[in-house]
Amino acid sequence: MNPQRPETAAASAPASGWAIELEKINKRFGAVHANKDIDLKVKRGTIHGIVGENGAGKSTLMSILYGFYTADSGAIRVNGTEHAITDSRHALALGIGMVHQHFMLVDNFTVLENVVLGAEDSGLLKPSLDRARQELDRLEHEYDLEVDPDAIIEDISVGQQQRVEILKALYRGAETLILDEPTGVLTPKEADDLFRVLRTLREQGKTVILITHKLREIMAITDSVSVMRQGEMVATLETAATNPEEIAELMVGRRVLLRVDKGPANPGKTLLEVQDLVVADDMGVVRVKGVSFSVRAGEIIGIAGVSGNGQSELLESVSGMRDQTSGTIILNGKPLSLEGDDGAAHARDAGLAHVPEDRQRMGLVTTVSEWENAILGYQNSPEYGAGALLDIGAAKKAAAAHIELFDVRPANINLKTSLFSGGNQQKIVLAREMQRDPDVLVIGQPTRGVDIGAIEFIHKEIIKMRDEGKAILLVSVELDEIRSLADRILVMFDGVIVGEADPAVATEGELGLMMAGINNKAAPRGLGIAEQGPLP
Amino acid sequence: MSARRPLPRWADVALLPALNLALAFLVSGLVVLLVGENPFHAIQVIIYGAFGYGDGLGYTLYYATNFVFTGLAVAVAAHAGLFNIGGDGQAYVAGLGAIVVALALDQTHWLLAMPAAIVAAAAVGGLWGFVPGWLQAKRGSHVVITTIMFNFIAAALMVYMINRVLKPATTMAPESATIAVAGRVPQLRQFFSFFGYSPVNLSIVIAILALIGVYILVWHTKFGYAMRVLGANPTASRYAGISNSRMIMITMTISGALAGMVAINEVMGVQNRLVLDFVAGAGFVGIAVALMGRNHPIGIALAAILFGALYQGGQELQFVIPGITREMIVVIQALVILFTGAMEGLFRPSLERAFMLLTPEQKAEAIAVSTTGPES
Repeated sequence: MNPQRPETAAASAPASGWAIELEKINKRFGAVHANKDIDLKVKRGTIHGIVGENGAGKSTLMSILYGFYTADSGAIRVNGTEHAITDSRHALALGIGMVHQHFMLVDNFTVLENVVLGAEDSGLLKPSLDRARQELDRLEHEYDLEVDPDAIIEDISVGQQQRVEILKALYRGAETLILDEPTGVLTPKEADDLFRVLRTLREQGKTVILITHKLREIMAITDSVSVMRQGEMVATLETAATNPEEIAELMVGRRVLLRVDKGPANPGKTLLEVQDLVVADDMGVVRVKGVSFSVRAGEIIGIAGVSGNGQSELLESVSGMRDQTSGTIILNGKPLSLEGDDGAAHARDAGLAHVPEDRQRMGLVTTVSEWENAILGYQNSPEYGAGALLDIGAAKKAAAAHIELFDVRPANINLKTSLFSGGNQQKIVLAREMQRDPDVLVIGQPTRGVDIGAIEFIHKEIIKMRDEGKAILLVSVELDEIRSLADRILVMFDGVIVGEADPAVATEGELGLMMAGINNKAAPRGLGIAEQGPLP
Repeated sequence: MSARRPLPRWADVALLPALNLALAFLVSGLVVLLVGENPFHAIQVIIYGAFGYGDGLGYTLYYATNFVFTGLAVAVAAHAGLFNIGGDGQAYVAGLGAIVVALALDQTHWLLAMPAAIVAAAAVGGLWGFVPGWLQAKRGSHVVITTIMFNFIAAALMVYMINRVLKPATTMAPESATIAVAGRVPQLRQFFSFFGYSPVNLSIVIAILALIGVYILVWHTKFGYAMRVLGANPTASRYAGISNSRMIMITMTISGALAGMVAINEVMGVQNRLVLDFVAGAGFVGIAVALMGRNHPIGIALAAILFGALYQGGQELQFVIPGITREMIVVIQALVILFTGAMEGLFRPSLERAFMLLTPEQKAEAIAVSTTGPES
């Protein structure tokens, strides 16, 4: 073990010794055993990935390392010396920094002020800011992390904000950097930039721990990878000596089909048509700026784009939840009325089913039982009671049928939906929406926060719906998902559809450029908007 | 992030309120001790005064009738996520509807006058709830603010109406004409002499029907389902095609109508005329009743009886123990409201933790959580 400061040690011998060693870490939350006898060794000067499904215990483990939680038992060694990390200040003092999934920045402060916040030298701000400006300048050059120190946080992009988080950690002397799902909010281009920064950090002798559920990222950037499953550390592998299939199998505990099997689409007549749709958000800001497209029976239209480019408002409008400023939505040949605040009921009556982007905020009432959620949106249907009374028996019967068909676990219709895992919650929503035999299915982020095992199932169900002749509109920020499911891809940027692509032909790079709003004509291997031709 | 589990239902609806109540009585006992009286004697007087004999029980039930109506008014709104603080004002103006109909029909028979007055009181009280509902649904003014303001408007309006419109020229006191005997709601003492001279009347039957009606409305109708979805998650209710604005307006109307039933009890059952400030703060007690009763009719019935007993037993207390003044009784009532209403969550965290460790059957449920559990 090398107790020296790694700055000096790293350059000469980057692979000598462990930056972090965790031994037999246990953590229980009541009856939940979140971490069971976890051993983890992270080599100094490497990028170490930690993968696992939701609830596997990754975040708990990192929270223990960062001092948010105290382990029930076990030892933590930093640079070979054992420490009982009591809080995050202590962790920082030991050179451990963390970049959270949700940034901890003050939106109306400048970059510089955010970096200094909580690390001021004295009561007066000026000397701290001056010192920080110099230090920031040095860090930016050393790690190729350019950010304007005087920019206001809310004015800079998400990718830049993430850099500020990294700079914050480095400014506080972090030698080991923990990143929790860092690419969730980034465009592919921004993700590439992040990876470049991480590689620079590694070259400079820093250690990076990357928590993710994206196997592609693990393969692309890590030196070694640890796989967690149900609170246990199941394996630690050299990335070069493994492959995505093996990691996925370790994560889930059984063989998983990563690729979606689907035959060619067999499109029929147009079921959903959107014409010149303009939609504003709750603040009155126009988020969808004149969008037109159509979805035919038996095809999946995928809308790709970085989140926040108007997809949410488009989805909400098409499904009847949000009134349009102008434009028309034609469902099954009839214009859909979005007036009033019960447009979603009109859409459902016209044969549309909606699996919302945010199932916990929208698709479920998490504080009530599963069976009450099984009728959400269809509560006025005569099969759940004639007249004003609710036929609880019929609702429970439907709920039990959904649970059986979609293998929801635990199979308990009286359990509150907040107690189901993300994948099972999504199955509850999917079962409810798919079982009504809709003509048009609108799905947002079908597999967000869903385990790999359930992803496979959900993708199969979506393809099955398509093959049954439903028109499917799919919105996802996961480019891989769009590419494997969609029959046609529309790319949305800043409220407009900037291009259309054929998933069989388009490369990730080309789609990524479109998602970043870069004009296709300037793109290196131009899969142009114009080349794709108009919609059929 | 914590892995705390919600309490079992019985602990939530019975154990927790019982603990709160015990604490309230403990502190009240200390207050009684402080003024040099015996707290055990005091509690004995309260219990005997409230339940020990016919008149006392009758008064307890009479107070409880009012509190059931105002408690249900708060609870119905709460299920839709609305905090109706305007029960007092809604009950007060409902007196207008009750008295106008009662005076018009008081030469017929109470069997005709009472249902008609119920409809009128519900309509006026409902209107007083509808307006804040409309303002929230269509104009975004929060009902908490508007219902408070409507209490003041109601108070001013009623002073004007009683003094300038309803007061017969022959009376000096600020009150309406008196309802003829035939049009009054019958007293229970007419059927059971056990109740002595207490004012408990047939309005209590309306209260019981209202309890049952609210139970059916909230848990067994499609409207109640929509109401609960709105209350738990307004975004989900929009997703489900429920018109949130319509739900808010209808729910506030129902809430106001329930509060308006206080007017039947007071105007037609007790005072036999419309007097100033007949609601006497029952609207605000309803908030504590609904909180303590967990917005469930059974809980509300029990909480209403408890508060009725406190009101009646408190009256008794100042007669029996002169050392305890009227103000002291208000302090005790306030302590009960404080601990069971405002601070009702005081014991919840520790109780949840205790249950987590104690009951093995909770583990099965906890395992279900383990997949979503401590992950962010």
